[in-house]
Amino acid sequence: MTKTETPLLTLDNIVTKVNVGTPNEVMILRHLNLSIYDGDFITVLGSNGAGKSTLFNTISGELPVNGGSIRLKDQDITTMTVEKRTAFLARVFQDPKMGTAPRMTVAENLLLASQRGQRRTLRLRRLKQQLPHFKALTATMNNGLAERLNTATENLSGGQRQALSFLMATEQHPDLLLLDEHTAALDPKTSAELMHQTNQRVTQENLTCLMITHHLDDALKYGNRLIVLDQGQIKYDVRGAEKTELTKEKLLSFFDTIE
Amino acid sequence: MSMIVSSIGQGLLWAILGIALFLTFRILDFPDMTVEGTFPLGAATAVTAIANGMNPYLETLLAFVTGAAAGLITGLLYTKGKIPILLAGILVMTACLSVNLHIMGSANVSLLGKQTIFSSHFLTTLPKYFDSVFVGLVVILIVTILLILFLQTNLGQAFIVTGDNRIMARSIGINTDNMTMMGLMVSNGLIGMGGALIAQNNGYADVNMGIGIIVIALASIIIGEVVFGELTLNQRLVAVTLGSILYRFVLLIVLQLGFSTNDLNLLSAIILAVCLMLPQLSKKLHLNQVLKKGVAKYDED
Repeated sequence: MTKTETPLLTLDNIVTKVNVGTPNEVMILRHLNLSIYDGDFITVLGSNGAGKSTLFNTISGELPVNGGSIRLKDQDITTMTVEKRTAFLARVFQDPKMGTAPRMTVAENLLLASQRGQRRTLRLRRLKQQLPHFKALTATMNNGLAERLNTATENLSGGQRQALSFLMATEQHPDLLLLDEHTAALDPKTSAELMHQTNQRVTQENLTCLMITHHLDDALKYGNRLIVLDQGQIKYDVRGAEKTELTKEKLLSFFDTIE
Repeated sequence: MSMIVSSIGQGLLWAILGIALFLTFRILDFPDMTVEGTFPLGAATAVTAIANGMNPYLETLLAFVTGAAAGLITGLLYTKGKIPILLAGILVMTACLSVNLHIMGSANVSLLGKQTIFSSHFLTTLPKYFDSVFVGLVVILIVTILLILFLQTNLGQAFIVTGDNRIMARSIGINTDNMTMMGLMVSNGLIGMGGALIAQNNGYADVNMGIGIIVIALASIIIGEVVFGELTLNQRLVAVTLGSILYRFVLLIVLQLGFSTNDLNLLSAIILAVCLMLPQLSKKLHLNQVLKKGVAKYDED
């Protein structure tokens, strides 16, 4: 087991509340602990309101924590801004519209993402020189994206847009990749294709990844670790051989016990 | 003929405002009301500096700086103070009214007999109204080329994506607050500079000269878009200047029809409203089909 090595990311006793200071104040994450190790591909399950999205927003820095600490290896990043965290973290949203700039072309989007977390300077962007690279990169998705490099992303299909978001998130090999139900808004066939591409790229590039999903089959089929979130805490955490042996029936009976 | 030359000159000078507003209204995608305050602010800065014997070129640059400072305040109110952008702009615009009176010392200041950009030896040898055409052309060329270059840089691309998709911009590490403030500063700096040039061209500055200029600046953007249709970003910047000149021609025609200059603001608003409604109107009235039908009938005959 990898328990002795330093985790890539450690969430220690995290408390996250929303609507702080109002009568609607709710504690979403309740003293949550999670250690993510290098190379982990974790599928995240949990019912609506369990805190899955809040967990992602906490890791990415969109939501400030109200208690506990977040460490990247040995560095405390609890109060680091969203922009700074993008140097090691990339994210794909559920809504295809959120991950791409609609009026900019596919190539322009890729170029912007290739400088994730870097300082933007007055240097010329040099888009043309990078087109062959972008062409090869988009061709790996096998969905016609490579022929539409100069198309504004608002004119792409939802599947192409989401595939682009995924490429933009993984192109720079982030230390940590967050996939927030990134195939949920797509039709079954497109969704399955993107899921297949995701698995291929994550395993080939040995990316560390957290993936929220509502599909038990996907959660069981992909990744080397599975966690279940319930009422702001991690109630189930299996990895390796234990995860491989896990069945849908066992998982469903576990869900019955927590409800 | 001289009226046409005058319109072109005015169109070129006012195009700076259109391009400045393009940065906020079209690229950052929000209406910035600050401009109604920074336009007279630039003019006030210019006339006061000139009255104190400052070099007219330096003073035009100074107007850019004061305009940019006002833009920065709007930006801070919006990004750090979380005041809605429309209100933040109105607050700074209103504050500018008092500031402008302090700078000028009175409600209007004449530049009669003072040394301005337009009193340089070369410009005074040109035929009437050609001086504003020349100055307008030089300034608009410099501004447009610099902006086109800027938008092609990595920083410029980060600026564009901030207006296009703020969430995505943040998720790839762009500080959208800084981009917004930069846009407001450059935009209002250019407006201030435009105010300085127009005050020198008019020969005076007035505290009320900012009223309605947002409509004029918007009109040049919208007319450019309606007339030239689908364009690339660089072409759209050029279309703003052409739109600004077209707008002056429309005003010229309207004035020739016998309207008085008192009606100018009303007419500007109507022209802009019609241009903004044009896409809706053509859909409702099926203008395209009516036109096609007309042609088809003609063909059958």
